[in-house]
Formats: sequence, structure tokens, C-alpha cells
Amino acid sequence: MTAVAAKPDILVIDDEIQIRRLLRLTLEAAGHHVREAETGALGLNEAAVLRPDAVILDLSLPDMSGLDVLRRLREWSQLPVLILSVRDGETEKIAALDAGADDYLTKPFGGGELLARVRVLLRRAQPAAEPSITRFGDIEVDFTKRTVTRAGTDLHLTVKEYALLRLLLQHRGKVVTHRQLLRDVWGPGHEEDTHYLRVHMANLRKKIEAAANAPAFLKTESGIGYRFTAE
Amino acid sequence: MSDPAPYDASANRPSPDALLAALRRDEARARRGQLKVFFGMCPGVGKTYAMLRAAQQELRDGTDLVVGLVETHGRADTEALLAGLPILPRKPVTHRGTVLHELDLEALLARQPRPKLVLVDEFAHTNAPGSRHPKRYQDVIELLDAGLDVFTTLNVQHIESRADAVRQITGATVHETVPDSVFELADQIELIDLPPETLLERLREGKVYLGDRATAAAEGFFKDAHLTALRELSLRFVAERVDKRLRELRAAGPVQTVWRSGERLLVAVGPSPSSTQLVRWTRRMAAAQGAAWIAVSVESSRPLDAEGRRRLEQNLALARELGAEIVVTHADNIASALIRVALQNHATQIVVGQSRSPRWLDFFRGGSLVQRLLRRSGPIDIYVVPSERAAEAARTWLDLRPAANSPAHEYAEVAVTLALLTLAGWFVVPHAGYISIGLLYLLAVIALSLRVGRWPVLVAGIVSALTWNFLFIPPLFTFVIEKFEDGLMFATYFAVALIAGQLTARIRASERHERLREERATALFHLTQALSAARTLDDAVFAALRQADPLFAAKTALLLDHEGGNTLTAHFAGSFTLTEKESGVADWAWRNRKKAGRFTDTLPSSEGFYLPLLREDQAVGVFVVRVAPEATLTLAQRDLAESFATQLALVIEREQLRAAGDREKLLAESDKLHRALLDGVSHELKTPLAVLGAAAENLATADAPTRAALATEIRTATRRLNRLVNNLLDQTRLESGALKPKLDWCDAHDFVNAALDGIRDSGTPPGTVILGVDPESSAPPPHDSLADHPLEISIPDDLPLFRADTALMEQVIANLLLNAAHHTPAATPIFLAAGVDHARARVFFTVADRGPGLPPAMRDRLFQKFQRGDEARAGGLGLGLSIIRGFVMAQGGEIVAGENPGGGAVFTVYLPYAPHGNVPTE
Repeated sequence: MTAVAAKPDILVIDDEIQIRRLLRLTLEAAGHHVREAETGALGLNEAAVLRPDAVILDLSLPDMSGLDVLRRLREWSQLPVLILSVRDGETEKIAALDAGADDYLTKPFGGGELLARVRVLLRRAQPAAEPSITRFGDIEVDFTKRTVTRAGTDLHLTVKEYALLRLLLQHRGKVVTHRQLLRDVWGPGHEEDTHYLRVHMANLRKKIEAAANAPAFLKTESGIGYRFTAE
Repeated sequence: MSDPAPYDASANRPSPDALLAALRRDEARARRGQLKVFFGMCPGVGKTYAMLRAAQQELRDGTDLVVGLVETHGRADTEALLAGLPILPRKPVTHRGTVLHELDLEALLARQPRPKLVLVDEFAHTNAPGSRHPKRYQDVIELLDAGLDVFTTLNVQHIESRADAVRQITGATVHETVPDSVFELADQIELIDLPPETLLERLREGKVYLGDRATAAAEGFFKDAHLTALRELSLRFVAERVDKRLRELRAAGPVQTVWRSGERLLVAVGPSPSSTQLVRWTRRMAAAQGAAWIAVSVESSRPLDAEGRRRLEQNLALARELGAEIVVTHADNIASALIRVALQNHATQIVVGQSRSPRWLDFFRGGSLVQRLLRRSGPIDIYVVPSERAAEAARTWLDLRPAANSPAHEYAEVAVTLALLTLAGWFVVPHAGYISIGLLYLLAVIALSLRVGRWPVLVAGIVSALTWNFLFIPPLFTFVIEKFEDGLMFATYFAVALIAGQLTARIRASERHERLREERATALFHLTQALSAARTLDDAVFAALRQADPLFAAKTALLLDHEGGNTLTAHFAGSFTLTEKESGVADWAWRNRKKAGRFTDTLPSSEGFYLPLLREDQAVGVFVVRVAPEATLTLAQRDLAESFATQLALVIEREQLRAAGDREKLLAESDKLHRALLDGVSHELKTPLAVLGAAAENLATADAPTRAALATEIRTATRRLNRLVNNLLDQTRLESGALKPKLDWCDAHDFVNAALDGIRDSGTPPGTVILGVDPESSAPPPHDSLADHPLEISIPDDLPLFRADTALMEQVIANLLLNAAHHTPAATPIFLAAGVDHARARVFFTVADRGPGLPPAMRDRLFQKFQRGDEARAGGLGLGLSIIRGFVMAQGGEIVAGENPGGGAVFTVYLPYAPHGNVPTE
């Protein structure tokens, strides 16, 4: 049954039976294979035994916190993890992302949104050799030459702008927190200098986006970070 | 027809009033402890011995008793009886270097379990200064009030109304007395009687006093004749009491004979010491006749000096203690005033002291007091009691001086004036003649009467008359007057000078009196005025105390019990703070609902005068007046203080009623709010739920196009539910203070875009152009979406970064936009703008519309929760603007609603702005 094997395995760790059922319906309709676990311990076990392609994790579980599950999982695995939670505070989101989550979705959520996020996770999970050239819209980024051009014209990005864009492109579709961006681009000790980020991001948008006030690619996640999206 | 038997029966029925009184007395007794007095004629008859024997018997019967204090005077047989009785340690009180051992009242009351019976020897004992009460009988009353039974001992010489008689018998003045009214409290009296011979024999055997004191005592007090008289006195006293109890019993039973006493005695009380005797005499008369009695003090326009006032108050206090009703009246004519009061109070007998004023003064007054009384008394009997201490008369004479200036000063003034005038007269007389000199003297005397008291004026009149005669009326340098007209003139001068002096003095005194009364009336008037003007209790207390301080020349404070609590709290408006000891006095006054502290019988050594604020059956607080130790409060001032306390109590009552009313109103308000909330929430929750339920049911059977429509409905309903829950959660977070904004550098474009994305994601189907109505969308525009409103955004590209919570700002902007969309007709534009006001260091965001605008009445309530526009469309709990304001304020900003020039409403959000630090370019 090769067809079955080709289906990506998604492990859902959530104690709410109704959510699990809904996720199964949605994901299976989109051609995924769904496994379920209703506690953190069971989930960790399943993840180790079944080696799924991605994990959808609830933060409030009966036996242990979702964050602990995530940390334990990250001790041995780089499995893509999508957090699905009713908690919508920025602090919780940042904590989950910092603990190694790849994305965060707040309940209630739309089916389309969920599938889109899962797709991004699965794409990242199979990193082919990183392409040297990335295109989105009419922009072309050449990582080997370190140039960004629009329709063949060089956009003259500064070093920091290029670094920001590259980092977001590497995590394409995924939220990158302010902290991570600041540390990676400006170095440790600058994690709190969010105004650097705002200023450079504004400049970057002016160069990349067709309308800087309505960015199509460089999206803001209020209070958390930025996300590159090309959909 | 049968006999009207019921009428016969009713004739023997006791009067309801008497029954009620007897019942009350029984009730009070049931609550109070029982007092048993072991009563004797003099020391040594064996009262303490008898008391201890009775105690031993009680102990054998199993009564829980304690010896509070017993003096054995070293008598062996008495001491033997103490054996086996539990004895309370005495309290050592140091007074002027001597250690006195007193009854430890506090320890006794604190003793657990409370003893049933306490033995307290020597009822009339005076406590060491600084004790809670000055008199031991007051300690006993407190014990009785606390429900403890008490055994005590008392000699007849210590009975207030018998003290005089004892002094007359033995010649020894008794200082420690017990008011008759206190003695009336005794439930049982056991007379310890001993024939005088036996007592003397015991004395000789040394069983009464020890050593040489025995002889001295025997020679003084213990004479056979004295003892016989004392014995008779005590026997009669007890017999009288028995008689009285019998009468009480009879009054409570059926009335069989006509009650003889329509009698009512009235005694005139003045400041003289003989009044004390008069009061006691009247009390004895009244008791013997079983009549009520009234003590009347007539205040004339001539004020008394401090000493006289003090003695008058003492006399009145004594009368009150002895059970008299006190009446104070103002009049210059004592006789007519007494008759008036007597008639008003249906007195049948008036008791006055023998007049000691000089005959000539009586002549001016139209007869002595007794003569004047007799002239008007009509059916009222007049008793004249001879004054015992004639020697006192001279002293009281002098006491009639006005108290204004020091007398020496006044006499000096008289002397100087007359000397100067005489000197001047010596030069004037050759030109003007001696008659005009007389007129000058007269003028001087009248002028003096305006400045000095009546006695200096009298002296001035006499001296000037004599000087005039001696120096100016011929023949000079003699007191002889030759000419008849000179004599007539001299006599006239004398009379005119005297009368003028007296008259002016009287006018002055009456003026001063009036002034005092007016001050008092004015003070009360101002007080009531201030109190009624005060809006809050604090205002009222503040106003009252501010007036009280200068009025009493004292510091005042007010202690209130809060909400019927168990402790008193000082009000902040007081002008001094009570020490812990003083607070104890306040507490006593409050709990016992009686005056305490200085000028009272309870804890008189304290600094303050404590007046409980009485309201029906409870005290709501205590008013404290503290005068300097050397100063004092007059009777009038104390009266005034009581009026103050009464007024304050009224205000407090008024305030408490008002507070209760307010609470009720508030309760009703919050009830209304709750109902509105419940209605709102249930409506808001149930509508989308109904939609969801129905849509889900239909989904299974519906055809494809309907299914799509149903799906849209379901999405709308869930979005609505989601927003409702979020709003409720946000509101809760705001109110509970759980919201902690994370301020960070923000780019306005960021959160505006995020807000628009949010609305777009949840509000309109993907692909819809937000800024206009999607012409191809066949579905009705989703609830609350921006889809049918053109949106104009003008945010400058170079708007600087500012510190805010991005996530909160996203919600603020989204909610404002949705609010505008919700309250304006479709297709009207909505404007979103932002900018920096560098001058006031703030950034602003405005959301304006072209809708109907804000009704002015609405503007104040706009940001309160559960407020919805009057013509609001269905949906929404009215939490949106309240949450927006909460979010903005949490970030240190403010939100203002206003009129958009050209129509519509405009909401402006202001946030503080400060430029950020440098950003390295590379």
C-alpha cells in the first residue's frame, strides 16, 4: 500500500475528544494520516514509536503541560510541532516558540488556516538542499551572490536588511520571534532593542513590498515577531 | 339581672402603672446581682463577722464566692472565719508615697468563671485617687450590674441623710457617706444589733480596736449615750425602710386604702453650706412622708463666683443623689420664682433656710424671703429650717461679690478715683461751691458702678459722702452738718449714690448673664446650622468640633463605633489624640452609656470629660472635652457639651439612615445592572447558538447552494460567539487587574495592518476587497464587517516609533473601526488617521465616521460597560468601548469621543510619545 505510506503522519496530542475528531476529519479530508494521543505521556510515547511527520500539540493537557511535552520532545527530535491552544496571550506564544514550537494557532481556528500551517510545517520537515535562488512575487533572492533584485533591478539591501530577509526566508511560513531576529542579526545583548528591528523592517518593506502599508510578504505577528509568507 | 360583679373586682385591682413599675423592678433585679447589706450602728458590732459567717454558710451550700476585700482589723475571731474562703489579692495603689490596698475590680470582673457572690467590706469606703471609681459603692454597683451578688457592710453614720444626725449626736463629722439612693439598691438588709453595754464590754476586752486606740476611740465615739442614740437611729432607719418596702408591696397589690401622699416637697437650694443641711432635712421629711421632692435653684442675674458655683453644684448633686428632682430657674425675685416652680410642680410644701441677709436689705426687697413667700404661698406650707452655722453667714455675705475683677484691684480703682476727685475739688470749690462738688462725686460713683462691683461702689458711695461732708460741707473738717438743706442734700446724695450703684451693678450683671445665655444659644444655633449644612458625616463632625474647641476653650475629640463594631475609633477631626488610659475611659462611657471622666463620679481623675452619644438604647460614640488641668467647665458649659453630644448623635443617626438608604439604592442599581447583563449575555449567547444548532441540523439534508449559505451562517455565528467571549474575558482581565501591557517599540503600520487583517480574516470571505463593497459577493455582508464601508487610512510613512503594546493597539484599532461600522449606515466612509503631537509629546489615532454622531446625553456614559447606543443595532453587549478605554488607559493613554466637523462621530486615542534612541544603520 504505497499510497498509504506516502500520506504524511500527523500526531494530534489533545485531551478534548471533539477537537481530535474535528482535526481527524479536517486532516484526513486533506489527505493526511492522523494518530491521536490524549495525554502528554501517551503523546511522547507515540511520537517516539511512530515517528510522525508533524505534531499538533495542545498546551493544556491533563497530566503535564504542553510546554513540558514540547521540551521533552525537543531533547531528541526536531519534529515540526504546531501548538494549538485557547491561550492567546503573547507571552504564552513567545514561550512556546522559544521552547521550540514551529508555529502557534489559537482556538478557535479555521480549517483552511490549520491546513495551510500544517502544509508549511511539512514542507520544512523535508528540507531538500537549500535552493540558492528564491523567488516570490517579482522579487528574486540569490543566496550565493547575496543579491536581491526586482525584475532584474538590484534593490541595494543593507547588510542588516539582507540578514533579516534571509532569516525570515529560511523560516518561511513560520513565526520568527523578535528575540530570535535580534539575536541572530544584531548579536546577543540586543534582544531588547526592538526599535532596531522596527526601523530596519520598515525600510526592508519599503524596498521589497509593492505597498509597504499593506505588506504581502513580510507579515507582522503582533507582539510576537514576523513571518514570511508567500501565499 | 345579676350583680355587676366585675366592677367590684376591678375596684380592688392594682393600678397598671404600679404593676408595671413593680414588674420592671423585678426584671431589673433578675438581671442585676443581689445586694445584701450587713447594717450596724457603729464599728465593732460584728458586721464583718456576721458577713463572713453568712459567707461560710453559702460556701457550704456550694455557692461560688470570692472575698473581694475584707477588713478584719486584726480581730482574731473574724480572721478565723476567713479560713477556707477564696480570697482575691488586693490591688496595690501608690498614692503620695503610701501604698494603699484596694479592691481589684478589674481582676474580679475578669475572673473566669465569674463568681456568683463577692464579699466587699465597708460599703462607704473612699477609694485611693486614680482608681476607676472614687467610691467603693460605685465598684459594688458595677459588680451588681455585671450580675454578681454582693455582701457588704455599712454603719448608720455613713448614710447620707443620717450623717447630720450622727454628727449632732457624736460631734464627729463623717466624710465617707453613701447616698440614700444607693442604699435603696439593697435587696436585703441584715441589722446587726448589739446592746451598748455589750459593745462597750467588747471594747474593753480589746475585741474591737487594738491597743491604745481602743481607749481613745472609747472616749470619743463610744460613749454610752452616743451608742444608745446611734442604736435608735439605725433601728429607726431600718424600720423606715421596711415600712417603705411594705408600702411598695402594697402598691403592687390591690389598692385598699387611699394613698395618702399627694404631698410633694420643694426645697430652695443655694450656694451656702447650710443648704446642704437643708437638702438632707428635706430628704428625711420626704422619706418620712413617702413624698417626692424637688430641689430648686434660682439663678439671679447676679452671677456667682467660682467658689459659690462649685458649692451650688455640690448641693444640687447631693440633692440628686438623695433622690430629688432638680429644677433650675432664672429669676431675680427668688420668692416669686419658688412659688411659680412650686405651683408648676404641684408642690405642697416649700422648705427654705432661715434668712441670713441683713434686715435693711430685706427692707429694700419688700420683706425677708420668708415674709415674701408667706405673702404669696396660699395653700402651700412653708417650712423654715434654722441655719445651724451662723458663723458661716459673714463669709457668705462676702461671697455675693461679682466675680469679674479681682476685688483688690477694684477697691484700688475706687480709692484713686476718689482721691483725684477730692484733690481736684479742692481747687474747684472756691469757684463752683461745695454743692457742685457733691454732684461731681455722684457722677464719679455712678461712673465707677459701670466699672466695679457692687461692694466697691457701696464703699465709694459711703466714702465719697463722708469726704464731701468732712472736707467741703461747712463747717469744714467736721462731720457735722448745720444747715437743714445740707443735711437733706447729704441724705439724698447718700440714697441716690447707693441706689444708682446697685442699679447699675444689677444691669451690668444681668447684661453679662444675658450675654452668656446668648452665647450659648448662638453656639447651639451655629452648631445646628453647620450640622444641617454638612453633606457628609465627616463634614458634620469637622464643623462641630471646630466650633467646640473655642467654645469650651478646650480640646475636643469624637470617637465613633463603626457599623456597630466592637471598638471605638477616633475621628480624624479631633484636636487631640487620646492616650491608652484615656481611651479606656471613653470605652467605659460608651459601654455603660454614662458620662465619665472629669466632673463625673466615674474615673474623675482622668483628663477628659466623656459624653456618650446616645441614640435610643445604644451609644454610637463618645464626645470628649479636655480642658487644661487648671481650668474647669462650668455647669452651663457642661450642659452645652451635652447638647453638643445630643446634636452629634442626631447627625450620626441621620447619616446612618442616609447611608442605609444609599446602600439600598446602590443595591437596586446593581440589581438593575445584573439584570441588564443577564438579559444581554443570554441574548448574545443564545442567538448564535440557535443559529448554529439550526444550521447544523439543516446541513445534513440541504442541497449544495443552501449548504454554502448555511456554512456562512455558521461561520458568522461562531465569530460572533468568539468575539463575545473575548470581550467578556478582556473585561474581566481589565477589572481584575490581570491585564499587564507589555510596552515595546511599535510601528503604527504594523498593528493597523494586523487589525485590518484580523477583521478581514474573520469578517469577510477571503479575496474580498476591504476598501469597498464586493459587488460579486452574493452573501449578505457579514455582521459587523467593514466590507460595506469605504475606509480611508492616512498614516504618515514617517510616523515615528512609539512605545505601546502592539497586541492591545491592534485590538483598539480593530474595535474602533468595527464600532464605527456598526453604528453608521452602509456605504458611509470611515476615516483612520494618525500623527504625532510633538508639543504635547503624544501620538494620536483618530477613527471618524459620517454617521449620526453621538447624542450629547450618551457621551458621558459612552465608555461605561454595558452601554449601547440607543438606536444600536442588535448585537453586542456594549463592552467594546469600555474595553478600548481600558486598554488605552492601561498603556498610559486616553481616549476622547467627540463630534466630527461636518457630521459624524470621532474617537481619538492619545498615547504618550518619546523618541527612541539611535539605531545603528549597519
